[in-house]
Amino acid sequence: MNNCEYQQIEPLSLPTPRPAAVEEEEEKARRKWEVFPGKNRFYCDGRFILAQQSGVLPLTLGLILVTTVLFFVFDCPFLVKHLTVFIPAIGGVLFVFAVISLLQTSFTDPGILPRATPDEAAYIEKQIDNSGSSTYRHPPRTKEVVINQQVVKLKYCFTCKMFRPPRTSHCSLCDNCVERFDHHCPWVGNCVGKRNYRFFYTFIVSLSFLTAFIFGCVATHLALNTQTINVVFDFSSCTAVELVICFLSVWSILGLSGFHTYLVASNLTTNEDIKGSWSGKSEAEDTGNPYSYNNILTNCCSVLCGPMPPSLIDRRGFVPVEQSSQTVSMEMVLPMPAAKEIKVVVGPTPSQLPPSRALQVPSSPLPATPLSLTGRPQFSCLF
Amino acid sequence: MLYPTQTHSLQELQQQAAVASKVYVQRDYNSGKICKFQTKFPSELESRVDKQQFEETMQTLNNLYAEAEKIGGKSYLEGCLACMTAYTIFLCMETHYEKVLKKIARFVKEQNEKIYAPLGLLLTDPIERGLRVVEITIFEDRSIGSGR
Repeated sequence: MNNCEYQQIEPLSLPTPRPAAVEEEEEKARRKWEVFPGKNRFYCDGRFILAQQSGVLPLTLGLILVTTVLFFVFDCPFLVKHLTVFIPAIGGVLFVFAVISLLQTSFTDPGILPRATPDEAAYIEKQIDNSGSSTYRHPPRTKEVVINQQVVKLKYCFTCKMFRPPRTSHCSLCDNCVERFDHHCPWVGNCVGKRNYRFFYTFIVSLSFLTAFIFGCVATHLALNTQTINVVFDFSSCTAVELVICFLSVWSILGLSGFHTYLVASNLTTNEDIKGSWSGKSEAEDTGNPYSYNNILTNCCSVLCGPMPPSLIDRRGFVPVEQSSQTVSMEMVLPMPAAKEIKVVVGPTPSQLPPSRALQVPSSPLPATPLSLTGRPQFSCLF
Repeated sequence: MLYPTQTHSLQELQQQAAVASKVYVQRDYNSGKICKFQTKFPSELESRVDKQQFEETMQTLNNLYAEAEKIGGKSYLEGCLACMTAYTIFLCMETHYEKVLKKIARFVKEQNEKIYAPLGLLLTDPIERGLRVVEITIFEDRSIGSGR
């Protein structure tokens, strides 16, 4: 039936899709970051990602820069003369490390999970309904798995429409599910998760070394310079500024480094530690951390030196044209408006997505997987 | 002419067939956080593909992901080197994980071309779905009796 209709329409409809297809071709050149549903900002055509509220990242950068510059200008000449030439060298190395790891933490995708496609969401909903949940709106949306002889509950994320993998949490500030979610750091302006935790750790460790180093050098400078007390008040006001900044920050940064070293050694995240997920709330069960290797060295190595997982959100890939010119030629003519509809589905948050749309999509022609396979820049997203 | 004949090529499928339904194979988290998909044979595919064949494909896929995420000497070396260069080495070097992902993409394409497309099925590389599911598209196939 459909065949016959289609064959009749085909010669007539051929001209019309072409101009539309050309339009779509031009429209098609949209990268996935442009339709990304989470609250993130993208720079350099999707190469760099940042949270929407960049928080105090400029302040962090500014503080580090100002303190280090003051150090090099006012303290280094004196210390090089009186102590050793290695002082600016060490300071320089620490500074470079701190800034690079800060920028990497801020601009790297922390491990954002892409939201479920409408088909996937519909499939999961069907499965949940089949398992006999009471109501549609608030069914017990948890799934239990056993990891390392421990029962772990996986929660269903209503925003991303999927069951969150273990250790994944939804960040409300960025509106994304992030794998191995640690915390959202305003100083860094990004979430800290699976992919950028090692950068974050390097950052706070190198920053604590840098701060402690500058603090030590500045204190030495002031100590060695006390003979000329009058001069102290003139040019050492900058030194005093550095001293104050370093003194105030060294404790908090050192404390944070210590805390994260503990987390790394026990393979925990800040989120789990704060919630007390594995701290043995009920003494009856043995609720240890199922992800820990029970060996400090192995834990450290797996967290910091483990393989670097790829970014799952494919920011620079092109939005697949699901209803491209090829598919138009074989479906009924009506997909033209539907194509545009469905393209938009990728964009808006699922709260805006009425259930009827999710049901419509399965009837659409083939997914542009082949297209996106060829169109996807093969794992060139390093951040 | 419009509908594919008994054996389809991947291109024919992509250009001509209509999607009947999609099946999603979920992740198996019972082995921890490593990327592993359930090898249980979905009931919707019973009429289309051999159970053994499907399970073999899934098992190979799981093995490839295990290889990507393997924590061993080589990955530590890569990690330490990266740490020492303040991770700038990631800008010039392809990580081991990425190399294996390319291998997986080739494997999925090959499986589609050789085995699944002729049966009217299409496997989607899990990376396209955020490593959450293996999406299997079942195409409507008039030439093979009833599709299901």
